[in-house]
Amino acid sequence: MALIGIVLVALPFALSQAGTAWVRITNLAILFTLLALGLNIVVGFAGLLDLGYVAFYAVGAYAYALLASPHFGLHLPFWVILPIGAAVAALFGVLLGAPTLKLRGDYLAIVTLGFGEIVRIFLNNLARPVNITNGPQGITGIDPFSISGVSFAKTDTFMGAMISGPMKYYWFLLVVLVAVIAINLRLQNSRIGRAWEAVREDETAARAMGIDTTQIKLLAFAMGASFGGIAGGLFAAIQGFISPESFVLVESIMVVAMVVLGGMGNIWGVILGALLLSFVPEILRYTVEPLQKAVFGRMIVEPEVLRMLIFGFALVLVMLFRPAGLLPSAVRKRELAERKA
Amino acid sequence: MSNGGVLIEAQGIGKRFGGVQALGGVDFNILAGEIYGLIGPNGAGKTTLFNVLTGIYAPDAGRFSFRGRDITGLKSHEVAAAGIARTFQNIRLFANLSALENVMIGRHVRTRAGVIGAVLRDRGTLAEEAAIQARAIELLEYVGIASRANDASGSLPYGDQRRLEIARALATDPKLLALDEPAAGMNASETVALRKLLERIRDDGTTILLIEHDMKLVMKVCDRVLVLDYGERIAEGAPADVQKDPKVIEAYLGAPA
Ligand SMILES: Nc1ncnc2c1ncn2[C@@H]1O[C@H](COP(=O)(O)OP(=O)(O)OP(=O)(O)O)[C@@H](O)[C@H]1O
Ligand SMILES: [Mg+2]
Repeated sequence: MALIGIVLVALPFALSQAGTAWVRITNLAILFTLLALGLNIVVGFAGLLDLGYVAFYAVGAYAYALLASPHFGLHLPFWVILPIGAAVAALFGVLLGAPTLKLRGDYLAIVTLGFGEIVRIFLNNLARPVNITNGPQGITGIDPFSISGVSFAKTDTFMGAMISGPMKYYWFLLVVLVAVIAINLRLQNSRIGRAWEAVREDETAARAMGIDTTQIKLLAFAMGASFGGIAGGLFAAIQGFISPESFVLVESIMVVAMVVLGGMGNIWGVILGALLLSFVPEILRYTVEPLQKAVFGRMIVEPEVLRMLIFGFALVLVMLFRPAGLLPSAVRKRELAERKA
Repeated sequence: MSNGGVLIEAQGIGKRFGGVQALGGVDFNILAGEIYGLIGPNGAGKTTLFNVLTGIYAPDAGRFSFRGRDITGLKSHEVAAAGIARTFQNIRLFANLSALENVMIGRHVRTRAGVIGAVLRDRGTLAEEAAIQARAIELLEYVGIASRANDASGSLPYGDQRRLEIARALATDPKLLALDEPAAGMNASETVALRKLLERIRDDGTTILLIEHDMKLVMKVCDRVLVLDYGERIAEGAPADVQKDPKVIEAYLGAPA
């Protein structure tokens, strides 16, 4: 454990040897892991297929952007905005959850898909008559994080080492990620987590066992959405610029793919899925071209095309051979105290 | 066996599905402490009666009064909270969860921990969680499947699944346990063991409402029996008397009047 911790903390130094781009890529991968873990509460635990999850990411990002940018001239500190973003996203989660309580499976998927699109279209159009979101141009000049005067946007030197902005965000993201993993693990193994799983397995039986399924499903939507909201806030701060284009359907699909590929309901599986789907395309981006040059002496297939081809093919293979995901969620075993009947 | 008081009183319960009058105004009382049988030919409306009693459907007519309280039209989870637990004719376990977890979920309605408790794991939450698990293990022992605690409930043999459903229902601390054909699919020796279990549950103070097609079991275990046919009550009384009732014989044999 300690060793893994040291490696994770030291990682950005190694990554920045390969270029700052890799620290940024890692940060994005962590953001997507946060999203996947949030979605896993809804999809993996409670069994509610949500294809509009990126809406909550968008809500969190815009909450941050509007409260910490020249757009409204507001510059609240991040530790005030992140909880606000989480709360607003949770509210949107309930907004989505309430009308869809009676829907399941494919019907729910369609409605949530529509919800994601509605949110994006609103963001695109809430520029007139009152300019709230600045429409398709998006919001620029978003404040970076800063802790007691140290801005996350600048490079500092600390004890002779160069500490770049993305590295600072990396450590912050790492702390958030560890916290979110811990929360997820504890939730799963609790009265609430069991109630979610009961709803996923058989809603009628869950109700007959006294579970208020309305309440417990709304809770899943709200909790999942709040994680999305936090990830969105972080995204806005890291990028410094957001526009509706960042929150398209493909992003939702990507997060669902991470959850499904890794193993719905298994927290470690979901993390694995998110990291794989974040890193593999990037690694391919940097290797496809040199590899072709080395083998054929020239470019035969466009890197972008080949990258997506390999990527899609890999997904199909995994789903064929491991339909329950790379790390399927197993029946939870418990240590039973020695007992004599 | 009953200790006298009326536990549940049903008056004029009616339920229609399109053109089918599944229940046509059924009256009955169940006394605290008895095993009350509910029998009748296929399609008589027995399961429908369970469904309207436990809030899966709202009845079109009539009312249920449970321990002096009107529970007609309550939602399913509210009925469970009021003290009525049930099993299902077509077993409805949480198939991918372990047997133990199925029973632990049954404790949901009698426990309190929320998100904050789950995340913080304070002393109270940990104590509650330990109590949930201890009670669940106790109940698995009670129904005789403790050795399967960690197995996926969907992988258990049929008879064990039926027992597990009973344990899960008992975990809600019911005053009335409603069982929909618990002996279905059981062999003779399993059925004998089930009978002993039902008697033990009753003797331990839980009233039982039992739908069952196995007449031998009904005759042996029930204190009183209600017979339904085409959604109508056609007889009620001691098993031995009901068995001799010409209307009941006719309903089962389908002989013309
Ligand atoms: N959800 C439903 N929709 C339409 N009709 C239904 C529904 N549930 C039950 N019925 C009808 O109501 C009648 C009573 O059915 P019910 O399941 O209560 O019978 P039962 O006595 O439990 O029979 P069995 O012994 O076969 O289980 C049947 O005609 C059945 O087809
Ligand atoms: Mg039935």
